[in-house]
Amino acid sequence: MIIAIASGKGGTGKTTVSASLVSSWKRPVLAVDMDVEEPNLHLFLKPESVSSEAAYLEVPVLDKTLCKQCGACAELCQFKALSLMGAHLLVFPDLCHGCGGCMRICPEGALQKGQRELGAVETGVTPGGIPCLTGRLRIGEAMSPPLMGKLRQRMHAQAAKESLDIIIDAPPGVSCPAMTAVQDADVVVLVTEPTPFGLHDLRLAWKAFRPLGKPMGVVINRAGLGDDRVHAFCREKGLPLLAEIPFRRDIAEHYAKGGILAQLDPGLRATFEDLAERLERMGAEVNHA
Amino acid sequence: MTAASILKIAVTSEGPTLADPVDPRFGRAGGFVVVDLASMATTYVDNGSSQVLAQGAGIQAAENLVKAGAQALLTGHVGPKAWAALQAAEVKVVQGVEAMTVGEAVAKFKAGEFAFSDAPSR
Amino acid sequence: MRELVVISGKGGTGKTSLTAAFAHLADNIVLCDLDVDAPDLHLIAQPAVQRSGPFMSGHGAEIDPAACSGCGTCMDVCAFGAIHNEGGRFTVETAHCEGCKVCVALCPEKAIDFPDRLCGTWYESDTRFGPMVHALLDPGQENSGKLVTLLKAKARERASALGLDLILSDGAPGIGCPVISSLSQASLVLLVTEPTPSGLHDLERVAELCRTFRIPSTVLINKADLSPEYQAAIHAFCQAREIPVVGHLPHDPAITEAMVRGQAVTEGPDTLFGVQVRQIWSKLQSLLEAPSPSRSKESRS
Repeated sequence: MIIAIASGKGGTGKTTVSASLVSSWKRPVLAVDMDVEEPNLHLFLKPESVSSEAAYLEVPVLDKTLCKQCGACAELCQFKALSLMGAHLLVFPDLCHGCGGCMRICPEGALQKGQRELGAVETGVTPGGIPCLTGRLRIGEAMSPPLMGKLRQRMHAQAAKESLDIIIDAPPGVSCPAMTAVQDADVVVLVTEPTPFGLHDLRLAWKAFRPLGKPMGVVINRAGLGDDRVHAFCREKGLPLLAEIPFRRDIAEHYAKGGILAQLDPGLRATFEDLAERLERMGAEVNHA
Repeated sequence: MTAASILKIAVTSEGPTLADPVDPRFGRAGGFVVVDLASMATTYVDNGSSQVLAQGAGIQAAENLVKAGAQALLTGHVGPKAWAALQAAEVKVVQGVEAMTVGEAVAKFKAGEFAFSDAPSR
Repeated sequence: MRELVVISGKGGTGKTSLTAAFAHLADNIVLCDLDVDAPDLHLIAQPAVQRSGPFMSGHGAEIDPAACSGCGTCMDVCAFGAIHNEGGRFTVETAHCEGCKVCVALCPEKAIDFPDRLCGTWYESDTRFGPMVHALLDPGQENSGKLVTLLKAKARERASALGLDLILSDGAPGIGCPVISSLSQASLVLLVTEPTPSGLHDLERVAELCRTFRIPSTVLINKADLSPEYQAAIHAFCQAREIPVVGHLPHDPAITEAMVRGQAVTEGPDTLFGVQVRQIWSKLQSLLEAPSPSRSKESRS
């Protein structure tokens, strides 16, 4: 079973909810941080024995001795990663999207497989024994999806081998990276706050993810702040309200210390246990459908 | 290095004529005015094919410039990738050209007031 | 022409709320919302759209079923898993199509079209704070920074045309392409953070990005009273990196209350929080007026 925790707006509490959900999950689970630009889940789960492995994208490398400057590769490349300037075929590896087209089309076999570092995939285990996977984009690397692809491969392999459920902390927004993160999920949780920004971005997220046809539910964080238009929206769209986390100063301070909300008090522990149970049921319905 | 061996230069421009202001950008410039230095005849090369690219606009612009037959470029600034492309094509580059018209830039070039760059400015 | 770009690394630190407040306090600005993925500034600025247009970027592959012979070459060569075989019929799933053209080039029947892709919409508007430039990217689209670049260019054109000399840009979260594009030609970057482990962690990453591109930056610690420990850690980080801290703001419901009213926090009834925001804006204005450091000869790494 795979649960993705997403949102339209940044800062609503995806990581907060992911960390508490992971710690409340009753079955063996793998925690995956797919917000590769700004991964924060590890700050709360605190995995140990973290090992880091660099992840690479396959990009072309030119063997000048074989190149006949026909320009077919530069002509095909949509991203200007190859350019025929005078008698020189130039390669710009950081513009490459890894499609492999140039290597296929070169009649001389002059383009071989090289690599560009995307970032790293970090693995660890929490003190409580929960395995964690984190993607960390190299600063200056413009594209998230290729690293997310590597992370997804590792995630599926590990979950299959160890029979684990997966909880994914997704990046904010509804553009390519967010869609990439939720594509494998059985259930998508949208975390929002009851404010005009929260509502606006929840609506964007609902519109964006709805075509995927996955069951969705909403968690309202900082409930009590703002107004009740988010609640009305959920009712209007038939989006189940799965949990509400109150807006409380002591909760904010606990978060500011790196604390997991489900561990703060019995009320919050119950909130996340209920959330976990509801999601398990929603996920089970998908798998039996 | 003097201007003597250069026959055609390109100036990044906000419009198609010598009276138009220099556009300080290279990759995202609207176009270049290509000037035949002997006859002062001009042609305008539209750089729209670079502007539509999400990335690599400077590389496309370099290709456009080479196709137009220019041997030197006058512009505000050039990025490192476009620089590499221009170097490979042996196009000389003058940077820091801004706040003047294309015609004024060409006159200064002919008068030897510009120095060729040896590195991209950003 | 000066441009202040407000970014944060971490989402939810208050970029948009504060940009709206600065827009209210400033005169003669063009307002620009560069968070094209999930824009919110318009909820406070309430723009009246004057012009809008399609944002086209790249292409998408489309298989012509009449010309398709079912050989499956396209599916074999697609590096992005965008092509599916539905009982002998091959189709492209647009959401996964990278627009690389490999299938188009290698299809033996030339059965694949490659039309331009509509990715979103841009808007030029008027607001009570001044002219505004904004956009919305369609869901699932690649956020390459091209739309950000387009908006920045429009903001500059608008400012030039109207004789305005300051652009205020609300940026996107993260450190990827759209943020990188936001930094281009910025005179000053305001990094809005919060004193939490995530706030500090993400600040470090986004500050490194600014350093790489040699953009002068300054830090604002919002919700500063949440954690004296992390406030101190952020100060230590800023000191080590020689990034000035422009100020602090307390965790205050005034921001949300104003947002619910559709106002910037400095509009409406005076609050202590509003006074503090004014002080910060005053300091930012001085920083914006200071001559920019020279960075001409060094090439970007």
